[in-house]
Amino acid sequence: MDGFFGILGEAVALILAWDADLIEIIGLSLRVTLTAVGIACLIGLPLGALVGTFRFPGRTAVTVLLNALMGLPPVVVGLIVYLMLSASGPLGVLGLLYTPTAMIVAQTILVTPIVAALTRQVVEDLNREYAEQFASLGVGPLDRVAALLWDARYSLLTVALAGFGRAVAEVGAVFIVGGNINHVTRVMTTTIALETSKGNLQLALALGVVLLGLAVAVNALAMTLRVSAQRAAYA
Amino acid sequence: MMTRRLFGLAAAGLLALGLAAPGTPAAANGKFILVQSTTSTQNSGLFDHILPIFTDKTGIEVRVVAVGTGQAIKNAANGDGDVLFVHARPAEEKFVAEGHGVARFDVMYNDFVIVGPPADPAGIKGMTDVTAALGRIAEAEAPFASRGDDSGTNKAELRLWKAAGIDVSEASGGWYRETGSGMGATLNAGTAMGAYIMTDRATWIAFGNKGDYAIAVEGDERLFNQYGIILVNPEKHASVKADLGQQFVDWVLSEEGQAAIAGFEVNGQQLFFPNAGG
Amino acid sequence: MRDAACHVAPSGAVGAAPAPVLAAARGLAFEAGGRRLVDGIDLEIREGRRTVIMGANGAGKSLLLRLLHGLIRPSAGTVLWQGRPLDRAARRAQAMVFQRPVMLRRSVRANLRFALAVRGLSGPERAERERAALASARLEELARRPARVLSGGEQQRLAVARALACEPELLLLDEPTASLDPASTMAIEEQLAEAHARGVTLVLVTHDLGQARRIGDDLVFLHAGRVAEQGDAARVLEAPRSEAARAWLSGRIYLGPPPLRPV
Repeated sequence: MDGFFGILGEAVALILAWDADLIEIIGLSLRVTLTAVGIACLIGLPLGALVGTFRFPGRTAVTVLLNALMGLPPVVVGLIVYLMLSASGPLGVLGLLYTPTAMIVAQTILVTPIVAALTRQVVEDLNREYAEQFASLGVGPLDRVAALLWDARYSLLTVALAGFGRAVAEVGAVFIVGGNINHVTRVMTTTIALETSKGNLQLALALGVVLLGLAVAVNALAMTLRVSAQRAAYA
Repeated sequence: MMTRRLFGLAAAGLLALGLAAPGTPAAANGKFILVQSTTSTQNSGLFDHILPIFTDKTGIEVRVVAVGTGQAIKNAANGDGDVLFVHARPAEEKFVAEGHGVARFDVMYNDFVIVGPPADPAGIKGMTDVTAALGRIAEAEAPFASRGDDSGTNKAELRLWKAAGIDVSEASGGWYRETGSGMGATLNAGTAMGAYIMTDRATWIAFGNKGDYAIAVEGDERLFNQYGIILVNPEKHASVKADLGQQFVDWVLSEEGQAAIAGFEVNGQQLFFPNAGG
Repeated sequence: MRDAACHVAPSGAVGAAPAPVLAAARGLAFEAGGRRLVDGIDLEIREGRRTVIMGANGAGKSLLLRLLHGLIRPSAGTVLWQGRPLDRAARRAQAMVFQRPVMLRRSVRANLRFALAVRGLSGPERAERERAALASARLEELARRPARVLSGGEQQRLAVARALACEPELLLLDEPTASLDPASTMAIEEQLAEAHARGVTLVLVTHDLGQARRIGDDLVFLHAGRVAEQGDAARVLEAPRSEAARAWLSGRIYLGPPPLRPV
């Protein structure tokens, strides 16, 4: 347990020192992951809602696919994105490999199926409750999707946070497409991997505690907003 | 109404936080090159020591992707990098011969050592004949942790086993254990399982999780580890920044660059020995 | 007064000409799981009247309401709206209230606003209808509350107000007071009386005999997916002619013919 408190102490010391490099790494982690989650929500929320709301041929197949894609190994996503963005790949001319943008692309691919699959489940359950009332009111298809997404907003916040958790903790994909370049594409997880490979286990674990703290902070912020939004609705 | 506004605000706020978080401090003039290199140079801290000197002088930022030599060479062969800086001479020469690189130059060397647990089950402590030491490890069937990742270190290790006349593929999974990962990860794993490990000296000195391990075998000429530098061929890969990359290659091979390499020390020990143009 | 010749109007007003037919079922049938749950129903809903539908559990009351409203498609037969097949425009002239009120996860006012926005209303007109609906449901004080924290009675009042805010010609209600206390039930009946006074045609499914007496002009008694008896509500309740209605009204379980027919 001595080791544990030692690591905790080091984590606190790391934060208190407010080291410029650490701040930069935390900032990039947040920027990459929040942007990826934002884009994943823009795609995954409507996609999941459409699949969850309407019956169409191949719907089950789409559902199975979305659920399966939730388990995509990050390294595989990293490799695919690498092959696309590599100078000898089809999108090489964009020059995006080893940039934060490449990391955002990889994490977006990783998170979108999670957001879409969980959204489908949430929206489908809600639609079961609303379907007759909506049909009775004569709500059009687009209004229906919009209303379901809006009414499921608190559950969908949890969905987005699940995506955030997956992306912020992911190392395999961002390592391959970002290259862990100091001051350019180095994020919390790749730093942890790097320090582990240097044998600096204490520092690596301390960084892990900082990453955990970061995830807790983002979740707490989201939940605070949720609670205050709910409270505002009572006012 | 209020709810909707607050909620939208929250979503927008989170997104804005993501976009506004401190981004990449671009090099002052935006000039940068990408170097595909190995974990040994990166993890030892050599690049942290020499690259700022180069950047101060030329204004060119150097971005390093540090992976195993095998992967570094493949990345460079895809055109994903301007300069290749690795340590596996036969593979480097093949890289140039296939037209991916312009030319290969010796830069520096360091050496490999075999580290082991204090119990020294194979009784090799203090030996200087590396193949004889490997022979004893095989005979004692003492655990040996190998990178097993096609890296420069892995290739050098396999050459030495071959020279010792031992076929380690038969023992793989038994006393010969391939971690399939980088030097640091292999050291972490190997020390935990009480295995002998062959590592480059630079990584070993800088490694923070040595435990009670110590160097058992060193000093054999066959343990020398030559680093080479290659400009990726711009005729093969149009995206290569040939001019900036060439400036870096020239600087590393220059007196100033060589002196910078020689001046890098960890715990008072020089880790890399420049030998360009030798 | 089309149709009047071939139809003996179950009108309470003796001698008056029957009101025009608003909605009608012709040979309506619905099958599910290999069973015919609604079987050959002929029915006419007259404008401005209050029709009560009664019958044992599983008699097909809720299915009939959903068929009339177009929520489910009949396996055979047709639903007519003012003599023409039910279409999208006709459905907009109807509204329905369900046994368990479906409340959006929004404020009371937003629930009303949503329904009105779907009807294409905005601006001052929508605001005025919201205000009127809140008043009729006596929910002004709770307008900003999330609808789902209201009591069951308040929720159903809101559901009725929401349906009426759309100004339907026909309001269908599926056991709206089945799980409410007497006071809440009375409040709903007041809303319905108000609507009736404004000329809204009502079709109400209920098990509550008192409610059927208070509200019903006409009564349709279903048994096993068929119309066992229909006519003036007071008359059917006082002197049922069918064995099924007689048994049900006296609290017996009636197992006689016709049985559910396999398809």
